[in-house]
Amino acid sequence: MAVIHQTLAVPDFSLSPRIDHVGIEERAARFTKRSIKAETKINGLKLALNMIDLTTLEGKDTDGKVKQLCYKAQHLHDAYPGLPTVAAICVYPSMVSVAKKALGNSGIKVASVATAFPSGQAHSDIKIRDVKYAVNNGADEIDMVISRGKFLQGEYNFVFDEIAAVKEACGIARLKVILETGELVTYDKVRRASDIAMYAGADFIKTSTGKISPAATLPVTLVMLEAIRDFYYKTGKMIAMKPAGGISKSKLALHYLVMLKETLGDAWMNNHWFRFGASSLANDVLMQLEKERTGVYQSANYFSVD
Amino acid sequence: MAKARKNNTVKLSFDTLKYAPAPESKSSATINAQYDLFINGKFEKPLSKKYFDTINPATEEKLSSVADANAADVDKAVKAARVAYDKVWSKMPAKERGKYIYRIARMIQERAREFAIIETLDGGKPIRESRDIDIPLAANHFFYYAGWADKLAYAFPNKQPKPLGVAGQIIPWNFPLLMAAWKIAPALATGNTVVLKPAETTPLTALKLAEIIQESDLPQGVVNIITGAGATGAAIVNHPDINKIAFTGSTDVGKIIQRAVAGTDKKLTLELGGKAANIIFEDAAIDQAVEGVINGIFFNQGHVCCAGSRLFVQESVYKVVMQKLKDRIASLIVGDPMDKNTDVGAINSKQQLATIHQYINIGKKEGADIFESNCVLPKKGFFCKPTLFTNVAQSSRIAQEEIFGPVLAIQTFRTDDEVIEKANNTPFGLSAGVWTDKGSKVFNLTSKLRAGVIWANTYNKFDPTSPFGGYKESGFGREGGLHGLSAYLNAL
Repeated sequence: MAVIHQTLAVPDFSLSPRIDHVGIEERAARFTKRSIKAETKINGLKLALNMIDLTTLEGKDTDGKVKQLCYKAQHLHDAYPGLPTVAAICVYPSMVSVAKKALGNSGIKVASVATAFPSGQAHSDIKIRDVKYAVNNGADEIDMVISRGKFLQGEYNFVFDEIAAVKEACGIARLKVILETGELVTYDKVRRASDIAMYAGADFIKTSTGKISPAATLPVTLVMLEAIRDFYYKTGKMIAMKPAGGISKSKLALHYLVMLKETLGDAWMNNHWFRFGASSLANDVLMQLEKERTGVYQSANYFSVD
Repeated sequence: MAKARKNNTVKLSFDTLKYAPAPESKSSATINAQYDLFINGKFEKPLSKKYFDTINPATEEKLSSVADANAADVDKAVKAARVAYDKVWSKMPAKERGKYIYRIARMIQERAREFAIIETLDGGKPIRESRDIDIPLAANHFFYYAGWADKLAYAFPNKQPKPLGVAGQIIPWNFPLLMAAWKIAPALATGNTVVLKPAETTPLTALKLAEIIQESDLPQGVVNIITGAGATGAAIVNHPDINKIAFTGSTDVGKIIQRAVAGTDKKLTLELGGKAANIIFEDAAIDQAVEGVINGIFFNQGHVCCAGSRLFVQESVYKVVMQKLKDRIASLIVGDPMDKNTDVGAINSKQQLATIHQYINIGKKEGADIFESNCVLPKKGFFCKPTLFTNVAQSSRIAQEEIFGPVLAIQTFRTDDEVIEKANNTPFGLSAGVWTDKGSKVFNLTSKLRAGVIWANTYNKFDPTSPFGGYKESGFGREGGLHGLSAYLNAL
C-alpha cells in the first residue's frame, strides 16, 4: 500500500465534520438489531477470529507468557478442525523479538505498541526510538498513541507532525494510530482526531489502548468508520480500522462486523482492513463456534486460557 | 474490491455478503378464516351478508375474509355505541374508565408479538418496524391516555370538559393498530364511545384489538369495530347520531368528509396527506442527516403521511450528500417483511403499487434523473425499489403531489430564505425536517416553516405526549398529548 498522503491537500482540522450524538448512537444501535443466523453466523464468527489482534500488554509480561500466547495464536482450538488463526499478536516492544521467533513463518503478524504507550507522555525523540526499536526487532505493525494532551490543547499541527514522523520511522511496518477515544470524550473530537491521523499517514485508526475506560464502543467506532469512508471518498485510499478494548463477547463482535459491512462495504471485510484488539474475545468466539457445531455449550475449561 | 477511479467516483460495494434468512415465525399468531363485525361486545354476522378478502401484500395470498358492513350495520353499531354512552360510559366514574384503558394497554403489551406478526402479514411492513415501533407505541398511547381519564379537570382548568358522545373514526392502512390506538385511547379517556372502521386492506389488527377489548370486559358497545371500504366509511360520516368524526387518510377523501359534515353539528378532525420538506444545510452532521433522510422516506415503504418526501440540499454539500445517499440505499435490505433483517418491506396493495409506478413514470417524463437501488425484488408480492429523483423542479408533479411510496424528490437550494419559500410552497403542511449544527438556524426555520410537526436533526419520531397534526390541506385538529384530548371534549 503506497503512502500517497504527500499528494493530499491537508484540510483545516478544526473544520472536521460535526457529529450529532443522538443520530450516531441511534444508527449504531440499529446494527445490533440485525439477526445473524446459520451459516452467516458461523462465517462471521470465523471472520472475527481471523481479525483478532491477540493482545497481552501487562507489566508482568515475560518471554514465557508471550511464547504461550504465540502458540495459542496458531492453535486456537485444535479440537475444531479448519479454524483460522488470529491476525496478529500485540505486545510491548521488549517482547517483539520473542513473539517474532515464536510465530516463525506462520503468517501471523507481530504488532507492537510504541511511543511511550499507553500515555504517550514522552519526548518525540524517545517515541521515535521506541518505534525504531520495535521495527528493528521485527514488528510488522506499530500501534502508536497520539498526544492527547496536545490534541486537547488544540495543537493539531503538533499531533499531525508527530504521527507523520512515526510513520516515517515505521518504514514498511503498518502504522496503527490509537486515538484513546475515552480521553477525547466527544464524538466531534474523535472525528477530528481520526481526520488528523489519516491525513498524517495512518494505515489504521484505532480506538483505545485498553487502559482507559470507556474503550471501544459501537458509536465511537462508527464515527471512525464514517471518517474512513469520507477519506476514501476524497482520496480513493482505504484506511483500516481497529476497535480495541471492551469487546469480549462474540455477539458484540458480530454487531461490529455488521456495522463494518453496512458502513464501508465488503472490501473492508478482512483482516487487512479490520482488526479487533482483544484478549478474551477469542475464547468466547470459540465457545460459540463449538455450540453451532455440536448444539451444546461447553464449559470454559475446554478452551485454553492462553 | 472497491477501487479508486480517475474521475473520483469511488463507490462502496455491499453486494457479496448476504445475511442468512431470519424469518419471524408465524405460528405464534392466530388469524381466523373469517371475521364478523364487532358490535355491542360481540362478533356479529353482517346484515349485508357480504365478506371481502384481505391478503398478504408480500405473497398475494389470502389471509382471511372480513365482513363488509353496509349502512344498516353501521346503524346497528352507532345504536350500540349510543346506548353504551347514555347508560354506562358517560356515567362511569372517570377513574374506572381509566382502569379499563390501562387494562387494554397491558393486554396489547402482553400480546405484542402476535400483533406485530399480524400487522406485518396484513400490511407488508417489516417485522422490525411493527415489533419495535408500531405495537409498543400503540400500547403507549393507551397507557398515556389512561392516565388522563380522571385528570381532565386539571387538563382544562376552570372549565368543565364534557364528552361529545359517539365518535365515528376512520383510519388508514399505513399504521393500522397504531392509528386505532391514536383514535380510540383519547376518545375513551374523555368518556366518548366509538365506532371505528379500519382500512379495507389492513383490518386484522383492529379485529385482534376487538378480541382484546372483549376479553378486557370493557362494557359492551363502548368500542365497536366494523370493517368495510369507502361505502362503509361514508355511512359512518353521514350517520345522523354521530357527534364526532375523526379521519386519517387522503386529502381527497378528507375534503369529501368535510363537505358531508358541513351544516351538521358534528365535530371534525382530519389528519390528511403531506409532502414534507427535509432540509439539509451545509453545516449539518452530514452522515446523520443522510440517515435521517433515509429513515424519513423509506420508513414503512414511504407509506407515512409525514414522510420526508422532498429533500432540499444546500448546493455546497449536494455532491457529498448524493454520494452518501446512493451508497446508503445500496445497503438497504428490501424483501420479505417477515425477515427480521428487512429494512423495506412490501407495498401495501396492488393499487398503491400502481400509483407509485405511475408517479415514477411521471418523474421520468418530467425529465428528472432517476436512481434506484440495485436490489433484487421478490417475484411475488407488491414491491418497489427505493428510488431517488434528482434534477427535480419545484414545478414538477413529483415534487408537488403526495406519492405515498419509497420515492424521494431531491432539489437544491442556496440560501435560507430560498429554502423556506420552497418548503412552504405546497398545499400541504404536515411535517418538515431541519438538519443543521446551528441552534439559531433551527429556531429560525421552525418559526417560519408552515408545518404541524418540525423535527430538528431527527425525523419520524412519535410519542404519545406530543401532539401531531397538520396545517393547510394536511388537515386540522391535533392527536396526541393534551391537544389530543380537546378534540374529544366540549370544554366550556
